Amino acid sequence: MKAIHNLLDKVRPNFEKGGRFEKLYRTFEAFETFLFVAGNVTNRGSHIRDAMDMKRTMFHVVIAMTPVLLFGMWNVGFQHYKAIGMEVDLLDQFLFGLIKVLPIIVVSYASGLAVEFIFATIRNHEVNEGFLVSGLLIPLIIPVTTPLWMIALATVFAVIIGKEVFGGTGMNILNPALLARAFLFFAYPAYLVGDDVWIYTNLQEGQQLIDGFSGATPLAYLAIGEIEKLPSVLEMFLGTIPGSIGETSTLAVLLGALVLIATGVGSLRIMLSVVAGGLFTGLLFNIFAVNPYMEIPAYYHLIMGGFAFGTVYMATDPVSASQTGTGKYIYGFLIGVITLLIRVVNPAYPEGMMLAILFMNVFAPLIDHYVVQANIKKRLKRMQTAEVKTT
Amino acid sequence: MSEYSNTPKEALFSPQNRKLLTNPLGKDNPINVQVLGICSVLAITVQLRTSIVMAISVVAVMGLANVIISLLRKTIPPRIRIIVQLTVIASLVILVDQVLKAFVYDVSRQLSVFVGLIITNCIIMGRLEAYALNNKPWPSFLDGIGNAFGYGWVLLTVGFFRELFGSGTLMGYQVIPGFLYDLGYENNGFMILPPMALITVGIIIWVHRHRDRSLVDIS
Repeated sequence: MKAIHNLLDKVRPNFEKGGRFEKLYRTFEAFETFLFVAGNVTNRGSHIRDAMDMKRTMFHVVIAMTPVLLFGMWNVGFQHYKAIGMEVDLLDQFLFGLIKVLPIIVVSYASGLAVEFIFATIRNHEVNEGFLVSGLLIPLIIPVTTPLWMIALATVFAVIIGKEVFGGTGMNILNPALLARAFLFFAYPAYLVGDDVWIYTNLQEGQQLIDGFSGATPLAYLAIGEIEKLPSVLEMFLGTIPGSIGETSTLAVLLGALVLIATGVGSLRIMLSVVAGGLFTGLLFNIFAVNPYMEIPAYYHLIMGGFAFGTVYMATDPVSASQTGTGKYIYGFLIGVITLLIRVVNPAYPEGMMLAILFMNVFAPLIDHYVVQANIKKRLKRMQTAEVKTT
Repeated sequence: MSEYSNTPKEALFSPQNRKLLTNPLGKDNPINVQVLGICSVLAITVQLRTSIVMAISVVAVMGLANVIISLLRKTIPPRIRIIVQLTVIASLVILVDQVLKAFVYDVSRQLSVFVGLIITNCIIMGRLEAYALNNKPWPSFLDGIGNAFGYGWVLLTVGFFRELFGSGTLMGYQVIPGFLYDLGYENNGFMILPPMALITVGIIIWVHRHRDRSLVDIS
């Protein structure tokens, strides 16, 4: 540690004003503050010191994502070997997934951070830590078969159009990771939708798919009405089903949710209200139940597709979600409702989590506005009645 | 002494008249700065060819409409000026539509209802109201085609990028080489959808304001 510190101190003059790499100061600063606490201190006014800065917040989210990521890697291998009918042990399954998922993570981070560093240099602001999370979220919400150049393009698009245009981290209206997925979804639907994209099935010589193989996700079965082919509840809860890399396992997501809630990073209100909204709409469908899709138990919706993942990691994004307490309930509840509406009522999209969250991201400021206005009105009224009483 | 001697005859392309032509291209662009006529930009820029035809049509309609209204400006009663303007624009649009149907039928079909909707293009009515009603025919003509060109170049830029990345073609000819497709390149389906036209216009506005800082509103 001491050695790295000395090295940084030695090269620092090169990056400071007048140094050879003056222009790259922000790059240097980013790496320095990533490794150590910055050396500059406040020199006027009183400040509250809190270790919970943005870097640590973001790192908590990364920790919360590890169970999902590890499980996702294993599931990639598990689904692949299941598809070709080979029996291999747990480690081999995990290693296969690791080899497939690692390049996606590298590409996502490299392309996104490149844009972040360029903008930080041009606009002379600090490189923000927001992408630490977005860069890992993007690989988790796409199929393992997505071509790498598409991921790079989508990441660049999301960071520039979703974030930098609005002024960088903390100013974005939409969740950047979901925006990257939405870009892929609309730009290259053949790689994001369908039954062939969720499981890696590029076969080597001598391998072949087992009889009756299908890569369809539970939601895809439901969309075409083949309910009898649904996996069991346990399978869907554990996540041994086809799907985007990180979204399948509700169990792993719950572990992540525990971390987020315990550290206070993720909003419990939003998570609960999304679940409430989903269950409410599911039960409503059960009451009417005009087709088989509407008859499935409401809790099925919570463990299928990206519902759990979106609830815990996407809807709770502190920047794009509602900020007010009441607003969070409304925001979350409507996400749950809209997700199920898209899933069940709209035959064009089997999954609605992404679109629902993006949609509510757009409305979050509006919700906040009305919540604040209602509060102001209430307090004004209280004041007026108090005045009347005193006079 | 005649009453005209006080106003010396202005040269056809005096600096003031040239400004009428060049201002709408940059500083006063109807799309980038005034944010008018966006709907047609979203609707007809999927291909470069339709964009070109649309741009030419709008140039013709705007130039002529401005001249006609300017000639009539002293006889139009102010209370019914809007309906007169609409009548003039609508007649011109019908003319354009007939010409398109006669000579470029397939493009006319692709543009479909949007040729008729030139009538509702707010840029045209805006210029008639703001300029042609109070100015002589020649400056009005310059103002009309200037604004139409300002509209046109944005249309062409958007159409160029949307067709290039959305379909891999330009003017219907394959531009992106086949070996790229063999390497795994795919046409971007998002470019064909209207939201991407909006984002493309947004990027043009971004670049435009970056180059001309006087447009940036810092109030």
